[in-house]
Amino acid sequence: MRREGSPLRGVGTVALKEAADHMTSARMHLIMLLVLLTAIGAVYGAIGQIRDTTAEDAYLFLKLFTVAREPLPSFAAFLGFLLPLVAIALGFDAINGEYNRRTMSRLLAQPIYRDAVLFGKFLGGLLVIVIALLTLWLLMTGLGILFLGLPPSGADIVRGVFWLAATLAYAGVWLALAIAFSTVIRSPATSALAALSVWLVLTVFWSMIASLLAGVVAPFDSFDPMSVLTQFEWQQAIGRFSPQTLYGEVTGLLLDPAARSVGPLFYNQLEGAVLGAPLPTLQSLLIVWPQISGLVAAMLILFTLAYVVFQRQEMRA
Amino acid sequence: MSSTPVIEAKGLAKRYGAAVAVAGIDLSVSAGEVIGLLGPNGAGKTTSILMLLGLTEPSEGTVRILGRDPLRQPLEVKREVGYLPDSVGFYDSMTGRENLAYTGRLAGMSRDLARERIAAAFDKVRLAEAADQPVATYSRGMRQRLGIAELLMRECRVAILDEPTSGLDPQSTQELLDLIQRLSRDGMTILLSSHMLDVVQSICHRVALFNKGRIGFVGTVDELAARIGGGAFIVDVEADGIDLEKAASSTDGVKSVRSAEVGRWEVEATRDVRPDLARLIVQGGGSLRNLDLRRARLDQAYNRYFREVADAA
Repeated sequence: MRREGSPLRGVGTVALKEAADHMTSARMHLIMLLVLLTAIGAVYGAIGQIRDTTAEDAYLFLKLFTVAREPLPSFAAFLGFLLPLVAIALGFDAINGEYNRRTMSRLLAQPIYRDAVLFGKFLGGLLVIVIALLTLWLLMTGLGILFLGLPPSGADIVRGVFWLAATLAYAGVWLALAIAFSTVIRSPATSALAALSVWLVLTVFWSMIASLLAGVVAPFDSFDPMSVLTQFEWQQAIGRFSPQTLYGEVTGLLLDPAARSVGPLFYNQLEGAVLGAPLPTLQSLLIVWPQISGLVAAMLILFTLAYVVFQRQEMRA
Repeated sequence: MSSTPVIEAKGLAKRYGAAVAVAGIDLSVSAGEVIGLLGPNGAGKTTSILMLLGLTEPSEGTVRILGRDPLRQPLEVKREVGYLPDSVGFYDSMTGRENLAYTGRLAGMSRDLARERIAAAFDKVRLAEAADQPVATYSRGMRQRLGIAELLMRECRVAILDEPTSGLDPQSTQELLDLIQRLSRDGMTILLSSHMLDVVQSICHRVALFNKGRIGFVGTVDELAARIGGGAFIVDVEADGIDLEKAASSTDGVKSVRSAEVGRWEVEATRDVRPDLARLIVQGGGSLRNLDLRRARLDQAYNRYFREVADAA
């Protein structure tokens, strides 16, 4: 049956309202404070480390995000760990919260489609993440200029922007996951817990699970040297089911121009290569294109799941 | 009152698996009418309302609202039809004005137009003083009035109110009913559901009785009382020195005599039996103190109706 009128009517209104709600909510203030503090700590550590070790470096600015000083991890690693938390905080009560506040039926009685509600919620969350990311990135760059006394080069900025876009896709996966849980599960507390458990499994335990599974699927055979490689490839393949692994690979390539591969490299493959020579930005991007596509695909699949469930949901609980 | 149907439902049914929520209802509402959906909880009132609005897809049957199909042209239908859900919710952290401004934007109003209409709506529902307070501080009655203000602001031609007075104290109920009556005088067609009968009786032109997913009866309150066959007249009698139950039960037209307390009775009759009762009491040597005639109240008719339905089942 064909329905009349655009399903996108009201998306902008819902998105802006959601974004404004997030920006003023105590929940968001707390979590952004946490992110900001860790980010400043990480970059401050990185600046000290850069000063101590590499006085002269071609990609000083990108190092700002990837260099770590014990005991703090790098800024990029922090983001990989904390961004899911931000996204889950933004999305875990997106749909079930409306039901609980009893605003859903009134909202859907307005002249808009259900599509607008879900799209608006997702875009609103994404908008907040974009603003937060951009602020953080500018802040870190500013800190770098202040303490290192060097402006970033054009190439640094291009790589930085690509990396930000990939980071947004990564956050989008978690936002879509949180919204999907908020659609399927009626209680916000349960959906938050469910999303957090997935986060915990995929970011903390997944590498252990991957190596365990790889050992089962392709056991190491001491008479077959190639079995080492097979096992490693299996481990990597399983590991890539976690968005964090994908994001880590994207970060590694985009923020380090000298990196050439996300997988194992053989000596014969490096023949004729000038070690440590930077790759052109687009070449780095090309290497991690599958990872970025994977992140976007995961985001779309999770969002579609939420969409289908939400469209079929009965108004009466 | 013109006779063009504003809401027309034919054979509307909703099944959830094997459970039947609504088992085929027909309903036609004319412009400017106030119609009350009455029935116990779980009789299918809310499901019917959601189907009328197109918020739930019917398993069977068709709906036309203002000549449009709510499933095919939901945006146009929802633009003209306002819905106030059962225990309506608002965003607690926003003020009343901000809540309405949000729905105004969703309806596609310009900022200036919305501001003007919101101010007028707040005046009409007498919430102007609380307009800039967060909704979290509103009482239940104020929230319902805010819901009415939303319908006013959107200038809906049809308003569907689900249990608008549930959980309100008597004064708030009366205020809300006055407000609904004013909307009706301004030409709004109103469909409201309730299980509080005095509410429906005081403001509705017609009632539709719901029972187990069907409409058992549609018509005016008087028609309902007549159709159910109970006495349409009730006489309150106060007298001393006589046993009215014994004396009046054989009188023509009296259906029942019930003793409320010592010296007071409630006589149900098919006609005005006051002269007969007065004669009986005086002839029987009693002293008559009061005779009061009133029409059958809807809740009595309603209770009797559902008792009959239960007996028949």
